[in-house]
Amino acid sequence: MANESATKMKPKAKKKKENGKPGVDKRGAEIVIDALEQEGVEVVFGYPGGAIIDVFDLINQSDKFQFILTRHEQGAIHMAEGYARATGKVGVVLVTSGPGATNTVTGLADAMMDSTPVVVISGQVPTALIGNDAFQEADVVGITRSVTKHNYLVKTLEELPILLKNTFHIARSGRQGPVVIDIPKDIQKHTLVNYAYPDKPELPGYHIQMHAPLEKVEQAWKLIHSAKRPLIYAGGGVINADAADELFLFATKANIPVTTTLMGLGAFPETHPLSLLMLGMHGTVYANKAVQNCDVLIAVGSRFDDRVTGKLEEFAPHAKIIHMDIDPSSISKNVKVDVDLVGDVKCILRDLNPFVERCDTEAWLPQLDEWKRQYPLRFVLPDNDLILPQHLIQLIDELADDNAIITSEVGQHQMWAAQYYTFTRPRTWITSGGLGTMGFGFPAALGAQRAFPGRQVINVAGDGSIQMNIQELATAMYYNLPVKNIISNNGWLGMVRQWQDMFYGKNYSATNLTLPARGAALSDASASDWMNAEYLPNFAKLAEAYGCWGRKVTKRGELKDAIRECLAGDQPALLDVWVAREENVYPMVPAGASLNQMIEGMA
Amino acid sequence: MMRRHIFYVLVENRSGVLARVAGLFSARGFNIESLTVGETDSPRISRMTIVVPGDDKILDQVRKQLGKLIDVHDVRDFSMETHDIVNRELVLCKVNAEPSQRGDIVEIANIFRARIADVSPQSMIVEATGSENKIAGLLKLLAPYGIIEVARSGRVAMARGNNESIQNARAVA
Ligand SMILES: Cc1cc2nc3c(=O)[nH]c(=O)nc-3n(C[C@H](O)[C@H](O)[C@H](O)COP(=O)(O)OP(=O)(O)OC[C@H]3O[C@@H](n4cnc5c(N)ncnc54)[C@H](O)[C@@H]3O)c2cc1C
Ligand SMILES: Cc1ncc(C[n+]2csc(CCOP(=O)(O)OP(=O)(O)O)c2C)c(N)n1
Repeated sequence: MANESATKMKPKAKKKKENGKPGVDKRGAEIVIDALEQEGVEVVFGYPGGAIIDVFDLINQSDKFQFILTRHEQGAIHMAEGYARATGKVGVVLVTSGPGATNTVTGLADAMMDSTPVVVISGQVPTALIGNDAFQEADVVGITRSVTKHNYLVKTLEELPILLKNTFHIARSGRQGPVVIDIPKDIQKHTLVNYAYPDKPELPGYHIQMHAPLEKVEQAWKLIHSAKRPLIYAGGGVINADAADELFLFATKANIPVTTTLMGLGAFPETHPLSLLMLGMHGTVYANKAVQNCDVLIAVGSRFDDRVTGKLEEFAPHAKIIHMDIDPSSISKNVKVDVDLVGDVKCILRDLNPFVERCDTEAWLPQLDEWKRQYPLRFVLPDNDLILPQHLIQLIDELADDNAIITSEVGQHQMWAAQYYTFTRPRTWITSGGLGTMGFGFPAALGAQRAFPGRQVINVAGDGSIQMNIQELATAMYYNLPVKNIISNNGWLGMVRQWQDMFYGKNYSATNLTLPARGAALSDASASDWMNAEYLPNFAKLAEAYGCWGRKVTKRGELKDAIRECLAGDQPALLDVWVAREENVYPMVPAGASLNQMIEGMA
Repeated sequence: MMRRHIFYVLVENRSGVLARVAGLFSARGFNIESLTVGETDSPRISRMTIVVPGDDKILDQVRKQLGKLIDVHDVRDFSMETHDIVNRELVLCKVNAEPSQRGDIVEIANIFRARIADVSPQSMIVEATGSENKIAGLLKLLAPYGIIEVARSGRVAMARGNNESIQNARAVA
């Protein structure tokens, strides 16, 4: 790459396309629109303002992409993330300077953690005012530097085309991630003569290795083949790489069990006998036991997050570790790796699969089956009419379309969705894993719905999280994006309450969302008290205020019908499900404990 | 085991690049012992020399994280302990000097092949270039006179021979 780009470093020489076609004269704002079209963008999410008004002036003239006006810039960036995660394409956001740009920061951090390809185009105050504390000025490149894969402040009109090209290329290639391009208002206004959108990025310092060296692939295979208790630990990288088919071939041909991370759900069908479901803090007992007992651990596009490994010194103590990852800095960051395969997992698995034969797992698989029988995920329905959140997810699983896309907010409901929904295909589960951003799920669902208008998109929400971007109900209605919100309403910031319950002596500080007068008496969660409690807002009525279908359900006997009604039809809907208040998510490995120390919950 | 590595890093000569590199260290809690930046023979490329203390794991992450930065064209690093590198720092040291002491100070400077950059009624500025040990030795001998002020450039370094060189020209036209 370095050699190739050696001749293309002079911006002046860029005025003609490589094929010699002369360019045209365009204003900066027109160049932005042209770049979006040339990059194949079909939808842009955003919010206008003075510093980007020149681009907005042109936004409805393109017949190549649709613009979706959100109700908050945070909504816009999570929609772009949801769109990107559902499709694999770059999600695009257009916002103004200052507060417009800073409102995207949480989404940028979220996309950075979860390797989601997103481009944010922000307006900036005119070049001459930069650094003057001008109206709505914020140092966007400074603020976003540590939460982006890369960012640019455009300094001259001449460099705008190539920086736009670079922006998209960086976001979608290698380890995908968010990129910001900040464009001063004067640059949007001025005209560049003889403009042509560049064919190629100019990034002499940017190298991506797609294939791992073949000797290493062979070395990895030898190690796998010699194993008696091999285990595949697949993560979000399999989804990023669209490598679920290659993973399936590898696992089934070699007869090796597969556990996935939260980000990897759907990378391997959970209906398959080799599936051990999720591992880690709230993973299954048998997946974690498999990790602790395996002799070769094959990490495929996963990054040894602390929610997965628990106490590092005691993680997979008997295993040699093979790690496939496109990002060299992921290798041996947390856990010392024995064979590193740096590259794209799709390429690596394609190189590996021809070697693969059936492994000797005859003794190992029955052991795992035994653990599956001994320690299943389970809950016990109470003999009253209370709804259990785990059961709610099971019913959603039962009633949702086969190809439904599930998004989630963050908290207990997210973990139950991960545990009790059966994921069988990639890109059907979109959640905030690395940053754990409450308020992510609903807008992400809208982005996924925009990508796939015909598919069912369900956001599994908590009563706390949903309020963080509830304003996007207006966006759902305005563009008729028929997302189904199902709120597991426990009247608590449940996941935090669970930690207070287990590790802070039940001191429920600042986690009760029911009205204080009555909520205070509710800590024993007597079913009838809770069902009569006052909760703000009344979600069903709030939905109705937006013109959206809304319903509240409190009784198990009515739940199935309520879900059916919610999922039916082609309109946005919100179902407020009042669940047992103080259920905890089990199994659980306490933070920092070893995977051997699982708390199983119910005796 | 704690060691020290010297990294040379070729970076795009754009505003914000220094912040990016420095931010990488602060965000991950890595220490920088010394950092210098200067232009190379190409105006588009700057060269940073960064001395980093750390164990193998930290040094490995520094190397990989630097390599990940889009503005970084090339990264090399050498162990300060085991590699044959030319490693230099410039120091200016203002030292108390009564007229009667000037001769002694000039003599010390000569031993270290340092220069006298300024002479004032009560003080002198000694200018020296050299390796870490040489500079430390000089400062130690000047200390008894009373050091008023020291300015150090931070280290620049280069490996001996051709094999380990970064070819600036490779990355630019
Ligand atoms: C409340 C809560 C509880 C949680 N509990 C759990 C839990 O119990 N279990 C759990 O697993 N997680 C849990 N998480 C999520 C956890 O925080 C991490 O987000 C998750 O474990 C990371 O998943 P991953 O390892 O698949 O990595 P990802 O973040 O998906 O990263 C993907 C990896 O693959 C690499 N990659 C990307 N693209 C490619 C490619 N094309 N080719 C090769 N490699 C590529 C990347 O470099 C990276 O290393 C929880 C999160 C929350 C909010
Ligand atoms: C923006 C943000 N703030 C705070 C947190 C910390 N946090 C994690 S889970 C949680 C509670 C979530 O409550 P709710 O959405 O009602 O879901 P539940 O756990 O009750 O299912 C909180 C506050 C977070 N993840 N994100």
